[in-house]
Amino acid sequence: MLWPRTMRELWSLDPGQEMRRIQREVNRLFSGFIPSVARRVFPAVNVWTGRDDAVVTAEIPGIKPDDLEISVVGDTLILSGSRPPAELKEGETYNRQERETGTFTRKIQLPFRVEPDQVEASYSKGVLRIDLPRLEADKPKQIAVKASN
Amino acid sequence: MAEERKELQKAEPLDAERVEQAPAFIPAVDIVETDDRALLTVDLPGCDESSVEVHLEEGVLTVRGRVKPDDFPGHDLTYSEYRVGDFERTFTVSELVDSEKIEAKVRNGVLELTLPKVAAAQPKKIQVKVK
Repeated sequence: MLWPRTMRELWSLDPGQEMRRIQREVNRLFSGFIPSVARRVFPAVNVWTGRDDAVVTAEIPGIKPDDLEISVVGDTLILSGSRPPAELKEGETYNRQERETGTFTRKIQLPFRVEPDQVEASYSKGVLRIDLPRLEADKPKQIAVKASN
Repeated sequence: MAEERKELQKAEPLDAERVEQAPAFIPAVDIVETDDRALLTVDLPGCDESSVEVHLEEGVLTVRGRVKPDDFPGHDLTYSEYRVGDFERTFTVSELVDSEKIEAKVRNGVLELTLPKVAAAQPKKIQVKVK
């Protein structure tokens, strides 16, 4: 049995975060419930949805950010780019070549339309992150029910 | 063969039980060889210099990458094509590698390893004298 070593560690645990982790873990076990496609696509993406925005992440290690093209049309995110193969020098031979190379285009439909001007993308450690705020007109509106006598 | 390598690209948690709770994925790798060295290129998205570990012991080269799982507070993972977790892969180094001179660098989530071969392992050219 593993226990936190000190009380401080115990207090520092964020129960909310732990709950979310467990929830994700369970979701993954039943990942048939999460829509997913066979992993033949490159790059693979994950979509995180919140109330007012979505975050799309993609694992695209070893590219130059300039080689990426990101655009948004309505509720669809279009991501394209290329990962050129390494050029072999004289005397070099491939022993194994597993890494995907070439050009790619992904179209990802989001659950809502987004503000195209406010989309932000960052690339760090080989992972692309795109923040897509929901279109103001597309946000859910609370409708007050008037009581009439 | 092509089928198999795609499968290996990122799935397949290791058979052996791990101490950590998160699964380990097998990273995709390119290996290029020349007479005097081997170059390994390993895709480790989510890793930088501080989270990659490389060691060579008794002819087994181990590459490990630790990845912090994504967490966006207030967001749910609604569509998922990949899972986030640590990477681990071992290679048998058949030729004599000069372990002192191994160079490693990580850039944009890609590890580049240079393994120089010791002089004894380099092929020698044998001149055939024609009489």
